[in-house]
Amino acid sequence: MDFIAIFSIFVLACFVGYFVVWSVTPALHTPLMSVTNAISSVIIVGALIASAAAGSASSKWLGLAAVVMASINIFGGFAVTARMLAMYKKKER
Amino acid sequence: MEFQSILSAATGGHGLAVNPWASVAYLVAGVLFILALRGLSSPATAQAGNRFGMVGMLIAVVTTLLTHAPATADGLLDTIGLVEILVAIGIGAVIGIVMARRIAMTAMPQLVAAFHSLVGLAAVAVAAAAYLNPQAFGIADATGEIFTVSRVEMGLGIAIGAITFSGSVIAFLKLNGNMSGSPIMLPGRHIINLGTLAAIIGLVAYFTFDQSPWVFWTVTGLSFAIGFLLIIPIGGADMPVVVSMLNSYSGWAAAAMGFTLGNTAMIITGALVGSSGAILSYIMCRAMNRSFISVIAGGFGADAGPGDGGSKEQRPWKPGSAEDAAFLMSQADTVIIVPGYGMAVAQAQHALREMADQLKKEGVTVKYAIHPVAGRMPGHMNVLLAEANVPYDEVFELEDINGEFAQADVAFVIGANDVTNPSAKTDKTSPIYGMPVLDVEKAKTVLFVKRSMGGVGYAGVDNDVFYMDQTMMLLGDAKKMADDIVKALSGSGH
Repeated sequence: MDFIAIFSIFVLACFVGYFVVWSVTPALHTPLMSVTNAISSVIIVGALIASAAAGSASSKWLGLAAVVMASINIFGGFAVTARMLAMYKKKER
Repeated sequence: MEFQSILSAATGGHGLAVNPWASVAYLVAGVLFILALRGLSSPATAQAGNRFGMVGMLIAVVTTLLTHAPATADGLLDTIGLVEILVAIGIGAVIGIVMARRIAMTAMPQLVAAFHSLVGLAAVAVAAAAYLNPQAFGIADATGEIFTVSRVEMGLGIAIGAITFSGSVIAFLKLNGNMSGSPIMLPGRHIINLGTLAAIIGLVAYFTFDQSPWVFWTVTGLSFAIGFLLIIPIGGADMPVVVSMLNSYSGWAAAAMGFTLGNTAMIITGALVGSSGAILSYIMCRAMNRSFISVIAGGFGADAGPGDGGSKEQRPWKPGSAEDAAFLMSQADTVIIVPGYGMAVAQAQHALREMADQLKKEGVTVKYAIHPVAGRMPGHMNVLLAEANVPYDEVFELEDINGEFAQADVAFVIGANDVTNPSAKTDKTSPIYGMPVLDVEKAKTVLFVKRSMGGVGYAGVDNDVFYMDQTMMLLGDAKKMADDIVKALSGSGH
């Protein structure tokens, strides 16, 4: 994809982010942080490419290390978010 | 025909020549991440949102594994390579899930800071891997010359990633108490910081002309240093802003890597997370009436804070007991509870909820009022109350409940101080002037639970509420006081 196409997606996504995040209720700002933590670990895509590529051993090991780190975040982030969200209960009537 | 041309457009040009269906899959993952955040607009939809996020991540990972499976020299699947990757994911999964299960809710800010540091370090590792093997990422020509645009993206990615890592490590150490929360001020730090930042920007620009290793690794080293230097002068009270800011950086790091790889899922996510962290930092700054620049400049919350020191005049105040408090509250129509971080430190949230349950049984309306900086990170107090089984529809944000104090019979302040201080509204010389505060002084009676009369809040200022006629000071440990009130309530109830 050319740079302008990618940059357009980026700028539009910033606006989407702006509006979506303002609509998040303040009561859920902590889960918001933990879930954004989990999804920003989509950087694992780059780590997987590096780990699978031939040609450079150091690049591959850096990739595998990044896969471990990103996986900690992905599993940990989603799990702790789920744990927190399960605690939010409505009043029993 | 039309479709065909769209497909070829998607694969051509900058970045990796990818399968067009892979591009669609990454886009779907990006949309699912948007829905994950959208779900958080209400506790009722939040769990579904979290599941959207998990599905999005699964799609992104599986798509990458399919399109970039490790291959042997003759083009077959490299089984050992694949197993290595799956083992790496497995190790991360076990560590991550164990951490998520074991962490105490009071320690949530540390966990988030630790997670941020991992995103930062992973970004650095990926950028370094891409630098060492650029052809594998499709960002270099046959001679190994990295494209100019990619060099800028890579340079920014590694710089932001490294700052996120070292900054988050310091934030973690401060939040976890391994390092003093008071700011550490280096002489001439503004000049050192600005000089380092300028050097990083200059070197990233120079990197576009010269892709030598020394440029790349110097940018990496300086960025690690600046992350460290930026966070050490920031005091403990400002950590909610710092954690939000690092959240934002971790997003921008992911976005920069997304540009390098031409990957829509990473770009959308990076933009979402980047804006999310920026908005949370803004909300936290506004709640403390601090400008973002002054937080970054650091120094707030020093031990030698503003405060009146020893010259404070002794003003009369009214002490009360748990029995007095129980009697007053059981006679009330409405009680508004104002919890602060001191309540969580004393682990009083369960006792507090029991107290509220007892009061509700006697027909009292109980509400909770939460100041945005009541905890150690945005929304922290809400999580702590939710953990103690407080229903979320009894918990209100500052702007939603502030008008109700005037009609309330009792304001019950426990473990909070600065966020109730009326001098923020009236005294222009106060260090917290302009900070939005909860109007507890408007309630008919204020019950103020506090360890002793000596201590002051983070900002080091005295609180006029202590000395008002309608205030009763309940001195003691927050948990013990709440327990005693529960006992007194259950004794007198019948």
